[in-house]
Amino acid sequence: MSDWQPKILAILCNWCSYAGADLAGVSRLQYPPNIRVVRIPCSGRVDPLFIMKAFQTGYDGVLVSGCHPGDCHYLSGNYFARRKFAVIKPLMEFIGLEPDRLQFSWVSAGEGERFSEVVTKVTKDIQKIGPITKMVKGV
Amino acid sequence: MGKKNKSVLVVGAGIAGIQASLDLAEMGLNVHLVEESPTIGGRMPQLDKTFPTNDCSMCILSPKMSECARHPNITVHTMANIDSIEGDPGNFNCKIIEKAKFVDPDKCVACGLCEEKCPVKIDDEFDMKLRKRKAISRYFLQSIPSEYTIDQEHCLYLTKGVCKICEKVCEANAIKYDDVDKEIELNVGAVIMATGIDAFNPIGFGHFGYKRFKNVVTSLEYERMLSASGPLGGHVVRASDKKEPKSLAFIQCVGSRDDSIDKNYCSSACCMFAIKQSIISKEHIKDMDISIFNMDIRAFGKDFDKYYEKSKSTYDVQYIRSKVSDISELSNGNLRLKYVLENGEIRFKEFEMVVLSIGLEARKNMQDFAAKMDIKLNKYNFCRSDGFAPLQTSREGIYVCGGMNGPKDIPESVVAASGAVANSVKFLEVERQDIKEEGTNEKNVIGDRPRIGTFVCHCGINIAGVVDVKNVAEYAANLPNVEHSEDVMYACSQDFLDLIKDRIKEHDLNRVVVAACTPRTHEPLFRETIAEVGLNPYLFEMANIRDQCSWAHMNEPEKATEKSKDLVEMGVAKARDLSPLKRLPIDIGPGALVIGAGLSGMTAALAVAAAGQKVYIVEQEKKSGGNLRKIFFQPDGKDPQKLLQDTIKKIEEHENIHLFTNTVIDKIIGYVGNFNTSIQNLETKECTNISHGAVIVATGANEHKTKEYQYGKSTRVVTQVEFEQMLLNKDFPHGKFKNVVMIQCVGSREEGRMYCSRVCCTKAIKNGLELKKIRQNVNIFICHRDIRTYGFREQYYTDLRDKGSVFIRYSPENKPKVELLDSTDPDSKLNVSAFDPILDREIIIDADLVVLSTAIDALEENDILAKMLKVPLNADGMFLEAHVKLRPVDFATEGVFVCGLAHGPKDIDESIAQSKAAASRALTFLSKKAILAEGTITEVDISKCSGCAYCVDVCAYSALEIDPEKEVVVVNDALCKGCGACVASCRCGALDLRGFSNRQLHSVFDALELT
Repeated sequence: MSDWQPKILAILCNWCSYAGADLAGVSRLQYPPNIRVVRIPCSGRVDPLFIMKAFQTGYDGVLVSGCHPGDCHYLSGNYFARRKFAVIKPLMEFIGLEPDRLQFSWVSAGEGERFSEVVTKVTKDIQKIGPITKMVKGV
Repeated sequence: MGKKNKSVLVVGAGIAGIQASLDLAEMGLNVHLVEESPTIGGRMPQLDKTFPTNDCSMCILSPKMSECARHPNITVHTMANIDSIEGDPGNFNCKIIEKAKFVDPDKCVACGLCEEKCPVKIDDEFDMKLRKRKAISRYFLQSIPSEYTIDQEHCLYLTKGVCKICEKVCEANAIKYDDVDKEIELNVGAVIMATGIDAFNPIGFGHFGYKRFKNVVTSLEYERMLSASGPLGGHVVRASDKKEPKSLAFIQCVGSRDDSIDKNYCSSACCMFAIKQSIISKEHIKDMDISIFNMDIRAFGKDFDKYYEKSKSTYDVQYIRSKVSDISELSNGNLRLKYVLENGEIRFKEFEMVVLSIGLEARKNMQDFAAKMDIKLNKYNFCRSDGFAPLQTSREGIYVCGGMNGPKDIPESVVAASGAVANSVKFLEVERQDIKEEGTNEKNVIGDRPRIGTFVCHCGINIAGVVDVKNVAEYAANLPNVEHSEDVMYACSQDFLDLIKDRIKEHDLNRVVVAACTPRTHEPLFRETIAEVGLNPYLFEMANIRDQCSWAHMNEPEKATEKSKDLVEMGVAKARDLSPLKRLPIDIGPGALVIGAGLSGMTAALAVAAAGQKVYIVEQEKKSGGNLRKIFFQPDGKDPQKLLQDTIKKIEEHENIHLFTNTVIDKIIGYVGNFNTSIQNLETKECTNISHGAVIVATGANEHKTKEYQYGKSTRVVTQVEFEQMLLNKDFPHGKFKNVVMIQCVGSREEGRMYCSRVCCTKAIKNGLELKKIRQNVNIFICHRDIRTYGFREQYYTDLRDKGSVFIRYSPENKPKVELLDSTDPDSKLNVSAFDPILDREIIIDADLVVLSTAIDALEENDILAKMLKVPLNADGMFLEAHVKLRPVDFATEGVFVCGLAHGPKDIDESIAQSKAAASRALTFLSKKAILAEGTITEVDISKCSGCAYCVDVCAYSALEIDPEKEVVVVNDALCKGCGACVASCRCGALDLRGFSNRQLHSVFDALELT
């Protein structure tokens, strides 16, 4: 199992976390190549359905990352995101999905290092859980 | 008025210069921005965080930097100096010398290969010499322009004629050793100077051992150490043994408030800087023991005191009132501080590291510069400006902002920059600009099958060195709907941009995907390119395979290639579902409404009217003038009443200004460019309707009415405002008049009003000096918590001390006590008792008069106005600006601005600067006939909307409203910012976000075959 490489969907807000991911690259910080990034305006744009859709497609894990609380480019979007996140994990548990497949983080545009740490940690966590089978279409 | 000009020159591209340039450019003027260093940005990029919000400095600055670099009306001249200004306002001839860069900016793609291979290492000034850079380098990672430059003094080839390695490795052939200095002549109407400040160099200063003791650093060096992108990657360790310091001392006022080195001024920002650094340090190293050695803590700005209090209560930062007299280094690298407490007691304490809070000073070359530019300096070599004309130099047509005319923090610099712009407008041609029509020759692709072109960039070897670019391009060619796919060397080069246009025509492409660097920097460029050949700019998508792939997985080429293919496939999936978007024009009507006719409101009105706009001022009092009516003296000798009369006269005489006194606002409806306000005269009850494009809030504030210290019970207890009236009338208590006691912070900086009222320290000292002029023998005692005479106000504090006045520091737990000698007689003399920390005992003063420095209170009416304008108030009831650092006079609601006391306590010069800034910001809208709304905004499918209004609550911009008749939600395109929070909250699926629609995003999530 140790060689198995998970595929992880990373949904990043444009103003903080996506910029933080860019900074990680500019600073040449290395992190596992398992994430596939989708850029959205704000973490407040994230519909819980997006996350379910990703699991259905076959992503082994999902990372959603936005601006730090209080720093939202759109004033309050990340607070709404945070509220949604609070209910979606119990839902995953309820339907028998390991809640740790879904992770949230706050990474600012200046935190390239934090971004690479987050991705490294998330990748390791998902590796431990193993491949997704529940919910995936065609499985 | 003489000649007017369409062009303007801004000197210095720090935050002040950037802000001034952006405002001018938005007014349709041609801006030349001249900067000495290789990049714009100034000091801010060096900062890790900013107080009092701990915002990341670079994150908030970089959007402004790229906006400045991209703006079609701004020409940036980096590595350039201004040599001379000849002629008169409206018609200045300026000579600029642009230094040789030795790298062709049109060819350099900032790949960094040259820097990697360059053999010459030199000190990196940006990182305060804590790290090395190469002789060919870029100033810092996010420099703008991003191109590299060669350091002429250190390059081996340019100095010794050997090496040329950079030329060999540069695949873009950008190296240009024969580059020479260029001379540029500019004709401009006005000049705005923003050359900035230097930091004090503490080598050999005091007995602090800077550069002798390894673990003594300056606050700027420490800032770089704290920065995640700094030389230590944000992990603070001390130089001697690379260990995390467990104790840290800040020494304040190093190079400030010190007459012995001709710096008898306060640098204004260092107290907050130290508080910020101590909070950030505690976040890095939780158990760190931090002490700040200070004379006073000057947390005088908006919300600064709350931050100061938080540092004590949450972060346990210790504040020690003391000047450190000596530091000695111990064998383990620790530092032993010797300091004297207020009561004279000598103490010693050991710290693992010491930070010197260095002051701000005038730029080194100021005297030569001022002579060349023919402007005058003050005695500390800062540019000289007047208390009532704080943004004006001694030469007409040349204006000043930022730290150049005195220490300022970031928002004050931004305010001054916008304010200077308002001043310069009288020599500039500001006309209402037409909007550039978009998409007039746009190809209609709706209903056409997607025909996608993909272009995969090598970026030299930045991508191709890791990712198999050809393989990715071939993979993309086989994806559904991809009609054309190819790999290119540099996607952003002009050659390629031309190629992309050819391919669109050749293959009849209607969607384009570029796999290269990040859309954050390059999407605008590619969008503009496809628009040039008639494609809607929103039919474009980027796959970030450099910053987020090749650079992050440099040792895993196969996996990086696989990831690149996936990212391109996801990009193609999104592109397939893209549809053309239109940026709808919002008409901007002219004219401004100014609420409040105090000094701020009137100054703002005059500045807006100077640009040819109509202005309506509404004032609820019967007379204009506001709080200025009660101010009779200024410490610099200027006459506030003359300022008031002059301003009122100008308002009355101005044909474009309509003043409505004794009038209140009944209702304000509308949005930017389209406000409609009804006002009512309180006496005649007559209503008037006004249409206007912008609103400036200048409602002012009140003097707090206290119940403390026998106020109202004794005729001998007065407020500073009342005392000023006494000074004017020379009407003092009868009989013996020997001792006056002033009490500071009455109502300020305590529960209920946890803010500093900012002006009271200077006001008390000013009134003290006035009293001394009239009654030389009166003794003045000032009971205070900190004396906050920031900036050049420090001099007045020294003057009053020199005249023998006594300053007694009290703590909020042990306030002074005021008692009537005869409690039945309101005219009775008073006893004031207070604990004096210097004498270390309680003293009793037999007072003939007690003067209270009472707080500045927000108006109660602010609440109603804030709701009408849909703008927020802070916890203290003052108007809350859009961003405390970079948008200090704007609201998040477009077209509404704030200035003066309505925003927070401030002095006359600061109110003038801020009201001019508000005017200037309003003019950036009013100088346009229309603006374009964003294309990526929310749309409603009314057939699905149930009218639950959940989205209305979620929207931070009040862009959504329920149509009362149809009971469905309506989006105001002008207000929507496109965050998508409403879409994610819609229970009916009635809302969608254009450009990031549910369908588009689901296609992306579903793009890859993972099972």
